[in-house]
Amino acid sequence: MTADRTVGVSPEVQRRLYELMTLMKAADDRLSKGIASGELQCVYWPPRGQEAIAAAMGVCLRRDDQLVTNYRGLHDLIGKGVPLVEIYGEMLGRQTGSSRGKGGTMHIANPECGVMLSTGIVGAGPPVAVGLAMAAQRKGLDRVTVASFGDGATNTGSFHEAANMAALWDLPLVLLCQNNQYAEMTPTEHTMKISQVAHRAGGYGLPGVRVDGNDPLAVVAALTEAVDRGRSGGGPTLLECVTFRFRGHYFGDPMAYIPPERLAAALEADPIPRFRSRLRLAGICSEADLDEIEAAAVTAVEEALTAVLTAPGALVDELDRDVYADPRNCPA
Amino acid sequence: MTMREALNLALDQALAHDERVFLLGEDIADPGASGPTKGLSTKYGTERVLDTPISESAIVGAAIGAAMEGFRPVAEIMIMDFIGIAADQIINNAAKLRFMTGGRTSAPITVRTQVYGGIGTGATHSQSLEAWFMHVPGLKVIVPSTPRDGKGLLTSAIFDDDPCIFVETIRLGPQRGMVPVDPGFSIPLGEADVKRPGSDVTLISYGRGVVEALGAATQLEADGVSAEVLDLRTLVPLDVAAMVESVGRTTRAVVVHDAVQFAGPGAEIAAILQRELFGRLSAPVERVGARFVPNPAPPALESQVYPSAQRIVAAVRRTLGLESAKTGAHG
Ligand SMILES: Cc1ncc(C[n+]2csc(CCOP(=O)(O)OP(=O)(O)O)c2C)c(N)n1
Ligand SMILES: [Mg+2]
Repeated sequence: MTADRTVGVSPEVQRRLYELMTLMKAADDRLSKGIASGELQCVYWPPRGQEAIAAAMGVCLRRDDQLVTNYRGLHDLIGKGVPLVEIYGEMLGRQTGSSRGKGGTMHIANPECGVMLSTGIVGAGPPVAVGLAMAAQRKGLDRVTVASFGDGATNTGSFHEAANMAALWDLPLVLLCQNNQYAEMTPTEHTMKISQVAHRAGGYGLPGVRVDGNDPLAVVAALTEAVDRGRSGGGPTLLECVTFRFRGHYFGDPMAYIPPERLAAALEADPIPRFRSRLRLAGICSEADLDEIEAAAVTAVEEALTAVLTAPGALVDELDRDVYADPRNCPA
Repeated sequence: MTMREALNLALDQALAHDERVFLLGEDIADPGASGPTKGLSTKYGTERVLDTPISESAIVGAAIGAAMEGFRPVAEIMIMDFIGIAADQIINNAAKLRFMTGGRTSAPITVRTQVYGGIGTGATHSQSLEAWFMHVPGLKVIVPSTPRDGKGLLTSAIFDDDPCIFVETIRLGPQRGMVPVDPGFSIPLGEADVKRPGSDVTLISYGRGVVEALGAATQLEADGVSAEVLDLRTLVPLDVAAMVESVGRTTRAVVVHDAVQFAGPGAEIAAILQRELFGRLSAPVERVGARFVPNPAPPALESQVYPSAQRIVAAVRRTLGLESAKTGAHG
């Protein structure tokens, strides 16, 4: 977990990783500030602290590679290139939202960017990712699907059924577990006997890899290997990225169930300042470069939010749209 | 006390009174618990208030197995939308064991679950799915509307000899009311309750719908219309006698529920009323349920989906011939 993986990731890609991470953080910070002050009203499950994983997806996946994520998906969506106006718009119920505002925070999709599904039901994503990967295989495409989920999701039957099928059929799938050490208010060690989620892979005959999810370069290295394996017909990988969620389960979570020393240690390992100093020490970015990247992220977020807040709210007409292909199928 | 406190008290007293009772579910133990189970693991230990992995199917399955061996497990499915994952255990095991084994085994479990909705969480965290379980012979379905009923009915469910689906409603959690603290207090399953007497129309409801119905009744009173509010409290067993008695008197009925109107519990109720009271009804039975649409997340849209006092008043006016039936396709 501590091996230096800097080798092999170009300075441009490292810079890009930092840009993505700062954008994810800025998007989270602004939303958090707005909800806390009452300026913004929406439900929100913050991924603050997990940015390195999503940024790695951002640089390792092609636009046509697909992603299935969940309610805690702000960072994943940004990594996969979903425009912020669509994400914020959907969270805040505006017409600029990815579903014109009616799906809400938990259910964001953007097929053009490869984001096929975000699920509110824990564990519901991996089986659908199996189907997406199966479709790529049948169509003869070299596309890879990533299913992103939490540690808690690996306790669902869905996860196990999907892992088995993916291995059985050698599917181009990455089962990417963002192990943030808690499922809601319950620490992971209270819900599984094994010490690593990655060990679950052995039961299904697929490789299981565990990396420091707060180290973007470690995630890039492991994810590159998993994606290459999938793309070249080598089958699925279970990739466990160990991280933490700094704001608790939902926005406003008082986190009384997290021992203060555990939270302090996690904050100490915040991936963003850590990667920032690494970039500077490696001579990849100057202090001025880094400041500029951070300022650009804040500006991009402010612009997106302004666009969203000046956009009209979701239309009541939306209630009659998209229930069926043909609205006449709705009972009167 | 609040509904949440009333349910907590019922669980607390059941745990205190009977060694066979234990609770299992996600985030139900302290310090993570925030709902009706709060404080109970501290009081009774984590052997009797078990935090489980996110494994709904095994939560209910394990409850069934333990119940077959004489325990009285209370399983929690955090939000009703997740019950689909446990549905196989509920509908194919719990509901049918007694019958399939000729009475040699049974599964007297209680599955507590909670309906979200009205809080902006979107289509997969807001559904009222009680009609699914009404449709499966062998299950009892309970939906309380007041803290008193919550306590009395939960106590009955836990000690009932059949599997019970006990549906709580997040929007009713903070609601206050008088609750008997006597551990012996319970309310028999299958007894409806008149929450407000009236003579012109009967509003038949359960759960959160009762609150809307009472609001509508107050508005109607100002217009000189006397509405009776009948709270079914349990959907299975269904108190047909109370429904028929009330509607027989008022000759008009409006069924109100947060569940989707189409093929919802109101369909069964309306069918029973027209059969029992054919010729005595002054108007067709009206229904006011949720619109036939996955719940939208924005509050402005979501509020269009559920029954409101306004929609109920409009339905009542239709039964009184004061408003054209055409205006109320959705009740
Ligand atoms: C099937 C199901 N059960 C329970 C829940 C409630 N719930 C939402 S998030 C969550 C914890 C999930 O933990 P994990 O998979 O580790 O993801 P994290 O939230 O930590 O990112 C739970 C129990 C749910 N949404 N779906
Ligand atoms: Mg987690």
